[in-house]
Amino acid sequence: MATPHTPPAAGDLTPELLGAPEWSDRMVAAAGIPMYDIPFLTLGGGIGSFVTLDYLRVYGVPTSQMRVVSNIDHPWQTYEFLTRCSQIPRPERIRSDSSSRPDNLWGFPSYALEEAWKEKNPAYLLQIATEPILNDYWTPRAGTVFENLEREAKRIAYWDMLVKGQVRMVRRRSGGGYFTVVTPPEGTAQTKRIVFRSRFVHIALGYPGLKFLPDLQEFRQKYGDYQHVVNAYEPHEQVYEFLKTRPGTVVVRGGGIVASRVLQRLFDDREKFRLQTQIVHIFRTFVTGSHGPSLRNRRKGGDGWAYQGFNYPKSVWGGQLKAEMRRLEGPERAQKYKEMGGTNTPFRRRWQEQMRAGREGGYYHAVQGTVERVEPAADGRMMSYVRSKDGTVREPVSDYIIDCTGLEADIAEHRVFADLLRHGGAYRNPVGRLEVERHFEIKGTASGDGALYASGSATLGGYFPGVDTFLGLQIAAQEIADDLARRGFCRRMGPLRSTSQWFKWALNKPV
Amino acid sequence: MVPTLIGRIQTRLFLLATVGVVITALIVPVLPGLTGPLSQDYLTGFSVLAAVAVLGVLWELLYHFLMQFRWEKDWPTLFGLLTLVPEGLLLLFLLRSGAIGSVIDPVPPASAFWTQFVVVWICVWLVANGPMRVPFIRWRFRGGRVL
Repeated sequence: MATPHTPPAAGDLTPELLGAPEWSDRMVAAAGIPMYDIPFLTLGGGIGSFVTLDYLRVYGVPTSQMRVVSNIDHPWQTYEFLTRCSQIPRPERIRSDSSSRPDNLWGFPSYALEEAWKEKNPAYLLQIATEPILNDYWTPRAGTVFENLEREAKRIAYWDMLVKGQVRMVRRRSGGGYFTVVTPPEGTAQTKRIVFRSRFVHIALGYPGLKFLPDLQEFRQKYGDYQHVVNAYEPHEQVYEFLKTRPGTVVVRGGGIVASRVLQRLFDDREKFRLQTQIVHIFRTFVTGSHGPSLRNRRKGGDGWAYQGFNYPKSVWGGQLKAEMRRLEGPERAQKYKEMGGTNTPFRRRWQEQMRAGREGGYYHAVQGTVERVEPAADGRMMSYVRSKDGTVREPVSDYIIDCTGLEADIAEHRVFADLLRHGGAYRNPVGRLEVERHFEIKGTASGDGALYASGSATLGGYFPGVDTFLGLQIAAQEIADDLARRGFCRRMGPLRSTSQWFKWALNKPV
Repeated sequence: MVPTLIGRIQTRLFLLATVGVVITALIVPVLPGLTGPLSQDYLTGFSVLAAVAVLGVLWELLYHFLMQFRWEKDWPTLFGLLTLVPEGLLLLFLLRSGAIGSVIDPVPPASAFWTQFVVVWICVWLVANGPMRVPFIRWRFRGGRVL
């Protein structure tokens, strides 16, 4: 119970704190917010935080020096939720390279070697040796990734570092370092907020949320229908269940990996349960063949899709494009992003067969068009008004519309980034996200001898493009760990320690 | 590892100087068709290895050029294995034709040449596709640069 001497708002943010870009220890103490010292703090608790902690633990930093603030219980929780919704349950394969292992910073043995060994299946080795020329890219099962993450999380004592809570903001501290304000789960702390005082903070908060196409958002709000117009990243099992009960039509929107996955589920169910599902697939950009600015820069495509093994050309994770982008600034960098960007999906032989059968069987209709609006049809279903570039207007009527166009990317939609842009000195890069250094320190946010880092989707548009991928997160983690070593927080890992640590990983011994 | 030009060259030289040297040292005594004293066989074996390295720098320039026509600017694992065929054939031709025969004399018989060449190549290829990443954690993110 509050004593008469305690102001009613004790332990919460005060107007003085909210308005000041830089806080002193005295200001925080005066607000009555409990303060905890921890040299390195990572915010998010997803795979970005995990691989960064993993790197630092392997470099030799003890758990007592680091904490991770998160509202989830294990690092793969959000990722698993999103992959499961978008039709990749544990036995299915994700779109990721065999040697991109968030549980193993060396990437050796690759997932292909591990699965080949465990399942006694040498065909995986043949596939990995001949990809992508004679075979599709070999990619790991989602389950393989999660099981290994769990093993590594135990090995590095991840849960000893986990603090549950919602991150509210990060502000610079007078004298160096940062304050991170956290709202702990109800009933777990004496005050509404707690504060961490740290020399180093790392932000890996992921995507701010789901993104809805404007016409679909309008339909959902106008008619209060959240069941028949769905985003592929939200649970939408009701669509597939409905289609098992009677013949129906589904409109699929988008030309990326999620659209491919959703189509596969629709085709698989059609085959498995002998369904009569009709699929109308609307591409805003309909790719008809190889495309690109020059003979040396042409990406394959066809039937609406742009084909690419992974979400960026492979050399962004270590080859030529990585080296080129590292040197580019401003408009030149934005231009390079534009050249290699665009929605794409991998060319997988099984998907190609399913789509071919669908076209020939007259139940898969892919069209180019922009949807102007969606309205209820007379029979209670939904009608989409689709205008193609050639002026043709189509009005497909469907039982469900699945929006496969992705996740929200605007960083200002996340209050922590919005606060950093407003008070922390951070600013946007040429593609509108957070501008970071080559070592992933957020530009403009330095504070004394401290540093604020970010990795993941928020940093797309920087000197390194493949940020929101397993390997991209590890590349960022390595840059951050090496920068921390330069600043004296840990020792840079050389070949000898790396090799001995690899053996510990292989034998599942603590770091 | 997806290479840059400088990374390709460094990786080739580094792996031939390490893995290549060890494998050559082990394999020369059992190479078929060599009849000279062991010291001379070793001289021949290491000369062939050096030729693979020197000629290889030129080959890497060609591979880099060809890679420019690939959208992803990558170099699939399979290419790294199959390029042993043109490289081996050219080197053997140059040895037999006498073009570099004055440097490598006597010229090894085809059986000895191919055994050494293929075994070294496969070992280098295997190390480059995995174990190399264990001691050198930055190598794959720097296009194969060792330095």
